[in-house]
Amino acid sequence: MIVVIEPDVLERTLGTAMAGGAEFAEVFAENRRSVSASLDDGRVEQVTSSRDRGAGIRVVAGETTGYAYTSDLSEKGLAEAARTAAAAAKGGGAGGQRVVSLESAYSRPAVIQRDPRDVSTQAKVALLLAADEAARSAGSEIVQVSAGYGDSRRSVLVANTEGVYATDEQVRVLMRLSAVAAGDAGMQTGYQSMGHTRGWEVFDEMDVEQFAREAARQAITKLSARPAPSGTMPVVIQRGTGGVLFHEACGHGLEADLIAKGASVYAGRVGELVASPLVTLVDNGDMPGEWGTLGIDDEGHPTQHNVLIKDGVLTDYMWDVLRARREGRPGSGNGRRQSYRHLPMVRMTNTYVLDGAEDPDDIIAATDHGVYVAHLGGGSVNTASGDFVFGMTEAYLIEGGRITEPLRDGNLIGNGPKVLADIDMLGNDFAMGSPGTCGKDGQGVPVGDGQPTLRVAALTVGGTAA
Amino acid sequence: MNDLQALADSVVAQARPGEQIEAFVARGGETEIRVYRGEVEHFVSARSEGIGIRVISDGRTGVSSAGTLDQAAIAEVLGEARENLGFGTADEWAGLATPDGVEVTRQSLWSEELAAYPTEDKIALARDLEAMTAARDPRIRVDEANYADVMGETAVATTSGVRQSGRENGCYMTVSTLADQDGETQTGFGFTVGRSPIEFDLERAAGDAALRATRLLGATKPSSGRVTVVLDPYVTAQFISIISSTLNGEAVVKGRSLFRDRLGEQIASEVVTLIDDPTNPRAYTASEVDGEGLAARPNRLIEAGRLEMFVHSSYSARRAGTVSTGNAVRSGYAGSPGVGALALQLQPGSRSQSEIIAEVGEGVLIQSVSGIHSGVNAVSGDFSTGAAGLMIRNGALAEPVKEFTIASTLQRMLTDIIEVGGDVEWLPMRSTGMSLVIRDLTMSGS
Repeated sequence: MIVVIEPDVLERTLGTAMAGGAEFAEVFAENRRSVSASLDDGRVEQVTSSRDRGAGIRVVAGETTGYAYTSDLSEKGLAEAARTAAAAAKGGGAGGQRVVSLESAYSRPAVIQRDPRDVSTQAKVALLLAADEAARSAGSEIVQVSAGYGDSRRSVLVANTEGVYATDEQVRVLMRLSAVAAGDAGMQTGYQSMGHTRGWEVFDEMDVEQFAREAARQAITKLSARPAPSGTMPVVIQRGTGGVLFHEACGHGLEADLIAKGASVYAGRVGELVASPLVTLVDNGDMPGEWGTLGIDDEGHPTQHNVLIKDGVLTDYMWDVLRARREGRPGSGNGRRQSYRHLPMVRMTNTYVLDGAEDPDDIIAATDHGVYVAHLGGGSVNTASGDFVFGMTEAYLIEGGRITEPLRDGNLIGNGPKVLADIDMLGNDFAMGSPGTCGKDGQGVPVGDGQPTLRVAALTVGGTAA
Repeated sequence: MNDLQALADSVVAQARPGEQIEAFVARGGETEIRVYRGEVEHFVSARSEGIGIRVISDGRTGVSSAGTLDQAAIAEVLGEARENLGFGTADEWAGLATPDGVEVTRQSLWSEELAAYPTEDKIALARDLEAMTAARDPRIRVDEANYADVMGETAVATTSGVRQSGRENGCYMTVSTLADQDGETQTGFGFTVGRSPIEFDLERAAGDAALRATRLLGATKPSSGRVTVVLDPYVTAQFISIISSTLNGEAVVKGRSLFRDRLGEQIASEVVTLIDDPTNPRAYTASEVDGEGLAARPNRLIEAGRLEMFVHSSYSARRAGTVSTGNAVRSGYAGSPGVGALALQLQPGSRSQSEIIAEVGEGVLIQSVSGIHSGVNAVSGDFSTGAAGLMIRNGALAEPVKEFTIASTLQRMLTDIIEVGGDVEWLPMRSTGMSLVIRDLTMSGS
C-alpha cells in the first residue's frame, strides 16, 4: 500500500527534471484506496471500492511551473513525466542530467487504533442500516433517508531538489446522513456529517443512532419554519458550526498565493488590526484526529500550528513552498493538492477561533432581535472584494433574548473585514465542526473548522420575509 | 471501434451465469496553461486512464474502479466489484441499460485541428487574452488568463448488449480580472469556448472580463425591497441547472423532487420552454451517448410552462415504469451512473439584453451570484444567493450594487419568469446562458 520509489530512482528522476536548467523540481507520488457504501430509500444501493496511484512531477524555471503526471511509477514512466514537465517549464534543451541528493526520509503517519481495512464490509453496511432505522423512527414525517459511509487511506511520498524526502499515511473515515421530512407546507431537509483523520475507533465512541435522529429532528423542525427575515441584523452562531464563516471571511484571503497577486483585501496588512480584538484565529494541520489533519503537507513540509490573527491583529499568512521560497522564509505546511493529478496550492487545514469569555446563554440573552444559526451549510468568498456568503440550514429567530421560531434555509452575506470587526461577543464553549471539503481552483481538499458560540453585530440575512 | 472497446468487451465476456456486467473504460488528456504578466505561470500536461466495473447479480450491485488499465489491476477490480455486491440490498429494479433502438445522432465531437494545435500557439492565445484584457482599461489587472483543452476516449460494454465507443475533444479560455479604484477592488471574468481554437472570440472574453470588473467599481449595498431581476446569461445557466435537478427522475422516484406529482401541469410561466439537447453541436457538453451508452437525444422537459417529462436513466425509468430518456450521467470512470441533464437550454426569446432592460424599466441586473450551493435547497425549493450587479433605472443600467442577496422559491421563480432573452451564450458547462427576467424577488441589503 505504501508508495515505494527507491531514493536513487527519485534522485535520478529529479536530475532528469532539472536537466534543462530549472531551479526546483519535485516528485509527488500517491496511492489512494477507498471504500464507500451508500444507502438510499431503505436500500444499501452499492458498495464501491476505488484505487488510484500515480505521481506528479513539478518543475519550476523562473516564474514558470511545468507539471505532468503519470500512473506509471516505473523509473521509465517517471523519467518521461519529468521530461514532459521540464519541457512545459521551458527548461528543456540546455544542460545535461543534474545530480540531486535527498536527505534521509522522515515520516509522520497518523496514529490510528483500528484500521478500517481490517473491519468487515458487513459492519460498515450495518452502520448505515442502523442509522436509517433511527432516522425513520424519529417521526412519521420522515419520508426519505440517504446515508453514506466512506473510508480512505492515502499514502504519499514527496521528494524535491532541496533534499526533502518525506512520506505520510492519512487514514480518514466519514459518515453522512440526509433526511427528508414532508408536511402540509412541502418538504424539508436535515443533514448531519462526521469525519476524522482516524480509524474505525471513531465508531466505537460515536452514537450513530443519535447522529441520525439529529438529522431527522432538523428536517422535522423545519416543517414549521417560516421564511427567514430579509435585512441586516445581529446573528448568533452556535459553537462548532460557524468555522466556515472564518474560512470564508478571512481564511482564503490569508493564502499567500492570493496575497502575492494582490487579490486579497488582507494584502499588506500584517501587524494591523483586522478583526475584533476578541478574535484569535489559528490554522493547524497537526491537530490530532481532525478532518483537515495531515502529517506532512503535499509538498513534504510538516504541518504545524500557525497563528494567523492574534487578538484581532493579523500576524501571518499561510504559505506553500514556492511562495515561501520567494520570500526567503520558512513554509507553514499549507501546500496541498487534491491528488497527484493536481498542482499544489496554498490551502487551509483545520481553521478555528479560540475561546472567548462569555457564557453562550448570555450571548443569546443579550440579543433583542436577531437570528440564531444552529447549523451552517457551505459558503464562498470573493477574496478581492472581501464579500462572502454562507448558508444556514438550521436557524431560529431570536426575540427578546430568547430563541423562538425556526426559519427556512437561506444565505447570509457580509464583507470579511467588516464582519470580523463586528464580532462583539465570543463564547467560552469552543467545539470543532463538521468535516468540510474546501474548493479552490477546481480542487477539493478535506478541511476542518471550529469556533465557540459568537455574535456578529450586523450581518445581512437573505430571506424573503420583511 | 477503438482499443478501449476491446478492453470493455473482454471484461464483459467474463460474466458468470446470472451475472450482469458493465465495463466503462476511459482514457483522456488535458492541457492547462495559465499566463500571468506575460509569463507562463503554470503548464500542466497530463494523460490519464481508468476503468469502472459494475456487477449486478440477484438484484444486488457492486462497483469498483481503478485509475489504470493494467491487466492485473482490471482483474482485481472485477473481483472487488463481485465481492462488494454481496453487501448490497437486493433491489428489484437494479439492472443495466438495454439497447432501445434509438439511433445515435452522429456528431463531429473530435477536432483534428485542436488535436494538432501547436503548444506554442496555445501559450500565445493565453498571452494574447491577457494583453487584450489589460489593454481594455487602465484600472484593470489581469488575475489570470487560462487556456485549457481536454480530450477523452471512452468505451462502454454490457452483458445486456450495449456497445458504444467514441472520442471527443474541446477547449476553452477564461480570464479573471481585478479592477482597482480609490482603494477598492472589484472582480470580473470572461469565457470563450470552442471545439477548436479557431472558434474562440478573445475580444469578447476580454471585453466581458474588463467590463464586469470596472462597472462594479463604486458599488454599494442596496436597500432591501422587492425587485424585478434580469439575470445575466451565465447566472441564468446556473439557475436552470438547479431547476433541472428537480426534474431528475431519480429524485422523483425517491420522493425528493418538489415537482414529482406535477407532470402535465403548468409549473412555469408560458415563456418557459426548457430543452435538454445534447445533439446540438453548439453545446459544449454535446454528446452522442449517455453514461450508459444509450443514444443521447433531445428531450423537451417544460413546454410553454407545462411540465412534460422528467429525465431518466435506465434505473430510475424502471422504477418509474417508463423508459430511459438517455440521461444517465457519469463523472469519469469511477462510480456508477447517476441521472441528469446533458445540455440544457431555455428556448431563447428574441430580444437583446439592452432591449430587455429598456422594457423592464426598474429593477436590478444580476451579474454574478455566489453561494448557489449553500443557499438553495432544491428539495424544499428555498432559493437565496449572494449577488452583485447594477441597478436598472428608467430603462437603463444605473449604479453598481453588491453584498446583497436575492431570494424567492424555485416554484415561484418559475412562474414569475416574464421574459427569456435572445442573447444565447455558449458556456463551458452543461447549461447554455441567455438573459432571463424574473419579477418579485426579495432583495436583502441594508
